[in-house]
This record gives sequence, structure tokens and C-alpha cells, in this order.
Amino acid sequence: MCGAPQQGGTLAGVDLSTQTVIQGQVWHDGAPVAGAYVRLLDTTDEFTAEVVTSPEGEFRFFAAPGEWKVRSLAPVGKGERVLSAEVGLNETTIVVD
Amino acid sequence: MSRTDVLVTADWAQENLGTPGLVFVEVDEDTSAYDGGHLEGAVKLDWKKDLQDPLRRDFVNKEAFEALLSEKGISNDDTVVLYGGNNNWFAAYAYWYFKLYGHEDVKLVDGGRKKWELDGRPLSKDPVQRPATQYRAQEPDLSIRAFRDEVVASIGAKNLIDVRSPDEFSGKILAPAHLPQEMAQKGGHVPTAKNIPWSKAANEDGTFKSDEELAALYAEQGYDDAKPTIAYCRIGERSSHTWFVLRELLGKPDVKNYDGSWVEYGSLVGVPIEK
Repeated sequence: MCGAPQQGGTLAGVDLSTQTVIQGQVWHDGAPVAGAYVRLLDTTDEFTAEVVTSPEGEFRFFAAPGEWKVRSLAPVGKGERVLSAEVGLNETTIVVD
Repeated sequence: MSRTDVLVTADWAQENLGTPGLVFVEVDEDTSAYDGGHLEGAVKLDWKKDLQDPLRRDFVNKEAFEALLSEKGISNDDTVVLYGGNNNWFAAYAYWYFKLYGHEDVKLVDGGRKKWELDGRPLSKDPVQRPATQYRAQEPDLSIRAFRDEVVASIGAKNLIDVRSPDEFSGKILAPAHLPQEMAQKGGHVPTAKNIPWSKAANEDGTFKSDEELAALYAEQGYDDAKPTIAYCRIGERSSHTWFVLRELLGKPDVKNYDGSWVEYGSLVGVPIEK
């Protein structure tokens, strides 16, 4: 079960009192990007996980509290965002161009 | 064995779709990727449903593997060309698995599904049905598969390569971060294991780094060429990626994949763990 589950959808069944969820959307030209690759990198820029965005451009990771970088690679371009995550829900948007 | 024997480019794959004697096989955990569009003529293998025993934690046995390949229309003398999502993790796992059961000619498409999609290459939704064959597998080649007792005995003696991310190696997280972090295993790694993440062997588009870059990577990390090697991850698919790099691309002589990996090791009673 290392394959990424379907992205997007509800957080039903996810315990936000223990999980550190990092989720959001990938955007380009004012619209969400489906099928974009999004990877989560640790503070040393090392790969931690990668998912493919849903038809609505959504991605979701289950990480741990701390600093992370999310980077997106899509046929239309690249983008990245650094964030500081805490236990619970952490939302962000990545713009690719 | 050299790189061109075991790895083909996306260009080569696209030019050779439909070539007799080649069977393209997509391997994913989630076959919805295949169903949404696959390489023209490729058949699909489900990492879990097709390749794992439905009851025990193990491979399907030789007879079941023969039945599976016969039903998929793969012959012993076909060249099997594997590709998949997740940077080819599961395709590399299938490569190792096909080798374990003695399939002669197996190749990976460099970059797998990811590079194919990023390049905007064509995908087909047409159903693929190949005529059934009479596939015959060999007895499992256990020279490329490690079990837990050998891993414990290898502490301090062999190259133990933990290919998970640094945060999994340190025990900060228990699974790749696209999965919920609720696992029964203890966090950490096998004592004396070196953390050389699989991702260091790949470019961002999923292709493998050059032979020169790969040789330098393992040399820098203190890989001892004089010792046998066991690679592991969480469930054995990312370590298949590294097994492919070490044995098939770099030609290291004695490399095993420990597919029990951390899910097994981190659950064992009494074994040493380092954190």
C-alpha cells in the first residue's frame, strides 16, 4: 500500500487530533490543474512522498509537524511552496507556471 | 548486463508499441490509472491482487504465476516491457518478481508513466486482450530475495541499504507521507543500515540518473563493494527500485531485496532497532 490513494474527497475517517495533514490545490492560469505531480520534500530537500492531483487539482499528504516544501511538476510548468505544518489540517495552494 | 539491456527510453517504447514479441505491462497498485489510459496494447497487472497471495503475506506461488501470465497472454520468449506510476516503484517490483520466477528478457521504461504523461505522449483506453499462452515459470531464484533471519544476521556484516526517506529512516514518520501515519510497527531502522533513499537514484521526471551519477552516489554513501547487499524499504517496492539500480544498472554481484521490509521488521519481537 505505497500507491497514492485517490486525491481529494473528504477527511472522514482521518483523525486530525493525531495526523498532520498537508493538502491543497495546484493552480495554473486561474484554474486547478488535474494530473499534476506533487511531491513533499523535507528540510534537506529530500523526497518524502509524491501524489498526482485529482480532477479538481487537489493533493493531500500525511506528514509530521515541521517545515516542508511542496513542489509541483506538470506539463504546464513547475511551482513550489514552503510551509510550516502543525498537527491537524494545513492547507496551501501551489501555482505552477 | 548493461543499461540498454534492461532499460528502454520512452521514445523507444513509443516506437515499439505493437512490435511482435514485445509485451508492454503496466503495473500499479491502483489500476484506475491503467483504466484511465495506458500505453497502446499494454496489459495490466495489479500489484496487490495479481502478485500477492490472497491469504498469506507472500508472493503467489509458481503455479499461480504461470496461470496469471498465461491468462495475460505472455509467453516465455516474449520480451516483457514494464512501466508504471509512482516513479516505476511497482514496475521495478514486478521486474524483480519476473526475474525471481526466471523470466529471461525483462525491461523497464525509463521514467514510467510519469515521464510518459509529462511528455504528453498518447494513452489509449481500448481494452487489451491477448490470446492465452502456456507460460512456464522457474523455481524462485532466492539469490535475489532476502528473508528476515538473513537481515538480522547481516547487521554489521553486509551492506544494509534502507531506501526510505530520511524521516522514515529516523522514525519521525512511519510511511510515505501520502498515507495516514497509523501503523503498528515501531519507528526506526535496522542497526548499521545506511539510508540511501531510492529518490537519490532518480531524476524528478522519474527517469534513472546516469550510470556515472549512480556509481558516484553509492560510493559517496560508503557502499562496500566487497560485501553482499540487502535493500529494504517499507513493503519492498521502493527497494526493488534500488535493487534494479544496484544489480541491473551497476552490475553489483550479490544484491537481494528484502520484501518483508519495515512492515515485517518493525513488527518483530526482540530484534534490534536503531533510531
